[in-house]
Amino acid sequence: MEQLGLLFQGFAVALEPQNFVLMVIGIVLGVVIGVLPGLGGANGVAILLPLTFSLPPVSAVILLSCIYWGALFGGAITSILFNIPGEPWSVATTFDGYPMAQQGRAAEALTAAFTSSFVGAFFAIVLITFVAPAVAGFALKFGPPEFFAVMFLAFASFVGMSRTAPMKTLTAMMLGFLLAAVGMDTVTGQLRMTFGSVELMRGFDFLVLVIGLFGISEILLSIEEGLAFRGKQARITLSTVLRTWRELPRYWAISLRSSLIGCWMGITPAGATPASFMSYGVAKKMSRHGADFGKGRIEGVIAPETAAHAAGTSALLPMLALGVPGSPTAAVLLGGLMMWGLQPGPMLFVEQKDFVWGLIASMYMGNLVGLAIVLACVPAFAAILRIPFAVVASTILVVCAIGAYTVHNAWFDILLMLVFGVVGYVLKKLDYPLAPMVLALVLGDRTEQAFRQSLLMSQGDVAIFWANPLVATIMAAGIALLVWPLANWAWGQIGALARPKITETP
Amino acid sequence: MKAVTRALAAMTLAALANPAWAQATWEPTRPVTIVVPAGTGGGADQMARVIQGIVTKHSLMKQPMVVVNKAGGAGAEGFMDVKASRANPHTLLISLSNMFTTPLATGIPFSWKDVTPVKMMALDEFVLWVNAESPYQTPADLVAAAKAAPATGRLKMGGTGSKQEDQIITAALTQATGADFTYVPFRGGGEVAVQLVGKHIDATVNNPIEAVSHWKSGALRPLCVFDTKRLPYTEKVTATQGWSDIPTCQESGIDVEYLMLRGIFMGPGATPAQIGFYTDLLDKVRGTPEWKDLVASGAFNQTTLKGDEFKAWVAREEERHRALMQKAGFLAATN
Repeated sequence: MEQLGLLFQGFAVALEPQNFVLMVIGIVLGVVIGVLPGLGGANGVAILLPLTFSLPPVSAVILLSCIYWGALFGGAITSILFNIPGEPWSVATTFDGYPMAQQGRAAEALTAAFTSSFVGAFFAIVLITFVAPAVAGFALKFGPPEFFAVMFLAFASFVGMSRTAPMKTLTAMMLGFLLAAVGMDTVTGQLRMTFGSVELMRGFDFLVLVIGLFGISEILLSIEEGLAFRGKQARITLSTVLRTWRELPRYWAISLRSSLIGCWMGITPAGATPASFMSYGVAKKMSRHGADFGKGRIEGVIAPETAAHAAGTSALLPMLALGVPGSPTAAVLLGGLMMWGLQPGPMLFVEQKDFVWGLIASMYMGNLVGLAIVLACVPAFAAILRIPFAVVASTILVVCAIGAYTVHNAWFDILLMLVFGVVGYVLKKLDYPLAPMVLALVLGDRTEQAFRQSLLMSQGDVAIFWANPLVATIMAAGIALLVWPLANWAWGQIGALARPKITETP
Repeated sequence: MKAVTRALAAMTLAALANPAWAQATWEPTRPVTIVVPAGTGGGADQMARVIQGIVTKHSLMKQPMVVVNKAGGAGAEGFMDVKASRANPHTLLISLSNMFTTPLATGIPFSWKDVTPVKMMALDEFVLWVNAESPYQTPADLVAAAKAAPATGRLKMGGTGSKQEDQIITAALTQATGADFTYVPFRGGGEVAVQLVGKHIDATVNNPIEAVSHWKSGALRPLCVFDTKRLPYTEKVTATQGWSDIPTCQESGIDVEYLMLRGIFMGPGATPAQIGFYTDLLDKVRGTPEWKDLVASGAFNQTTLKGDEFKAWVAREEERHRALMQKAGFLAATN
């Protein structure tokens, strides 16, 4: 195995004292960045990029990619503790993570989240190590129609998930699409629904809206309830970690499926956020306890976290092998590669073996170190829940405002965050689900673009969406997922019709 | 006391009378922000971050340099931001062609005259690419195939954004040869190159840096470069070819020429001393080995201009874009 030899050389590079120290620094910084909503991995990496200019490329990329791993780990913390996603890909983690924290199972949820993150990442790294060229070839098969089909699949796996009235789900989703359409339309190059305002030209950034919809509205809700302590006192010891670990192997099927979804979405490249939503949706549909999702099922934490981390990690593969970033953070890293004099793309694996394998080895090491660091801190994170909520709430408010500002360095975004805080509060009160709205906000823009690119290519012929086996298969899977709840319901009706007959005949 | 006042007054007068002295003394007192009117990871963003890295590494300036992306509305957000920072010598703008195309296509109230040109750092080249497995060996082959294609199955040209440089070149190509293409807009140059490798589109006009790796790996083939003369980089990129082996499009009988500005601007109301400081700073940046690596790896056209020459160049370029976009029908109704 040529790869194994190269990998061990890579380990030698990654384990040099300087690189190891940078690795630990990167992880810690990344966790902090991941905890702060708005300050995403992309911002963190971009800020530190110029500092790495004087380091050798392999040390620099180890530092920066470890910030990225740290941010992937850290995003789950505030999702679970406060129902406020620290990163876009941890929105789906709030659905079950927060109810678990409310039931006093915060430590369990955090352990599950971190461990599944690690499992997802590990799966993706093994994939990168051994089948990188083949996987890169697979990514080449995705043109606009295939990309639209993937997006369609993501939406389909999510439809019919919530317990609320279908019309409310649909309304929330359409509202998301509407908001996503504001700003520059990349297909025609025209500004849409900006009404001459420079601030609106940016469009509604998904991050700012999520901070408002989830963070601010959550604080408004707790103020209404008199700042009551919402998370129950939890007994927090390291033994909770071990106990949770004993339970986790039971969910191997979910982990495997979520890892596959994550890698696929990371390589396509659709990114970690749709991967986490899709994985949650599929886990819910496949589970016998589907109805209990959203009430604190541990599977509801495992599925999105595994997929998000698998996608986040595998997103580096198209960046290295094709020069196309699979995520915003990967885009910044891509800029870094060029700055260090490395040309990403198919030749990188051939010409820069030390760099590539050092990076891959650092992925193994970085994720292992990351897991150790965050797990050791679980008691500390969970202890935050003991601080009076009045203190925590005001801190969160400040952090949210800073986060919203950081996304685009715009004051207007803080205003937007507050407005959407109120919107989120009203929607929650009226029992409209926020998840479909968020999904449409994240994917709406790119879905629309892929759809219109496809139609441009086929000159208006919709047959392009089943023109080849790949796109046809994905579309068929999407349609199957879409009619699944309907089929289930119909099956139930048939059963109900059949049964009385049986009782009548004898 | 009187003597002191008089001495101070004399010194002030001397300072005002001697611009060289004033020029030598102005320097930033706060961190300097480079506004990038495009997203992270693109060509302008990369260049801004390289400049930032060089300034930091070689300690060319006492104050730190910060890069801020304001990509909203195809860069409109960044332009409006710099336009609004009148007499603020701590804000710089790095431009790409959207300085001309975005206002013309969307009608936002911005023109290069609202900012102060400081220095042209380089010009970015455009190359006509096809998939290496396609039968097109020369630009003429591609044009002939495009002309022969039925209206329902036109060849697909991929590019970054809509009504921006890539689509303008495509339109100019159609005007020069009569060959029609279906233009498909994507988000970034890297994505466009990969779509061509995957054969989802038939041709692109990618910048060298966006496609070089795929050329090296044998997946893409360059047909011609949209410059008036061949690129000066003779080092072999593939086994047989280097950048200088690619013919110009004019040599191949297609009279289309397009280069993209990579230049630095300040907000309105900058003083000569401030402009002088940044011109010096950027000259030093251009002298570093890191900069030379960047221009070589991106096969940039190394033309550099400053002062009135640069202003005249920008003015000409704006008129050229207006003419090109008018012919292609890309102008906003308000222009």
